[in-house]
Amino acid sequence: MLVDALTVDPAEFEARTGWQAKPEGLCKGDVCVSMPGGTAGPLDISVLSERLGMPLLHDEATDCWVLGPEGGGRALTTAVAPDLELPTVDGNPFRLSALHGRKVLLVAWASW
Amino acid sequence: MWQALRTELHPKGLEIVTVALDTGGVEAARPWIEAARPEHPSLIDQAHITDELLGFVNVPNGVWINEDGVLVRPAEPAWPPREPNAARYDNIPEDTPQRLKDMLGEARKITSDPARYVAAVRDWVERGAESRYALSPDEVVRRSQPRPPEHARAAAAFELGQHLWREGHQDAAVGWFRQAHRLHPDNWTYKRQAWSFADPLQGPTELYDSDWLSDIRAIGAENYYPPVEW
Repeated sequence: MLVDALTVDPAEFEARTGWQAKPEGLCKGDVCVSMPGGTAGPLDISVLSERLGMPLLHDEATDCWVLGPEGGGRALTTAVAPDLELPTVDGNPFRLSALHGRKVLLVAWASW
Repeated sequence: MWQALRTELHPKGLEIVTVALDTGGVEAARPWIEAARPEHPSLIDQAHITDELLGFVNVPNGVWINEDGVLVRPAEPAWPPREPNAARYDNIPEDTPQRLKDMLGEARKITSDPARYVAAVRDWVERGAESRYALSPDEVVRRSQPRPPEHARAAAAFELGQHLWREGHQDAAVGWFRQAHRLHPDNWTYKRQAWSFADPLQGPTELYDSDWLSDIRAIGAENYYPPVEW
């Protein structure tokens, strides 16, 4: 997740990573991690990195920060599919949850 | 190639969604999409978000999601109805450049099983949760890609690399791509996306330590896709 400040909005963080801000902490699937200072306000990326095991990288030349996914387990921590939103080839936003009620085969491909 | 399967199974409740993992964005993906003339959603994942969220490490890879939005199969090789690789790469013209001949020769040896994959999809569409191919949530998580700390760092490095590439900081991007390759050497998505910017044929360049032909020969083409755990 690209971050342009040393804090990130909880809603934006949830949309990008699936970690949901709750009173007891940040939660994903059956896991909840308490956060010092709570989760109501902006989340400190260095605290997120430490508490959730997310690598924090910085490109010094461009002052660009990235918070990576949590490591130490598996790509999935829950079988609940992320509510992805990506653009279609025509540039229109498409949200995966629009297909609830149908089985979905989601396939990744590439021009390369 | 997925449209034919979509035509068959959409009336039975399946939707196919294709996602182009392309830092080149719409420009890179559009010609292929237009040639396929799909009736299903064709999405563009320029930032490779789905690699991270779902665990894609190569293409084509797929996941199955049930009517309630729950994954019933994690990211794994996924093939549309098509001929086996050995037949797809027959009859290569004699005047084909040697490097391309060599690459197609290796591609011919890549193991895939489109017939089995498509049969499994059909079974799931027909039987739903009763299909032997639909996994429990615990099993989906257990079978998802391992993500040790170095792979998580690789994901961050790759995201930084592709962002910097798109912003025009290409020298910096190459450094982060190289780090991603070093930290997660089995991730073909990271390698092929980066190589493709240096050379469309993903051949040897000064920018990277390897290339498609060298790497596939090193592991054996038959190991390019891991076997699907049915």
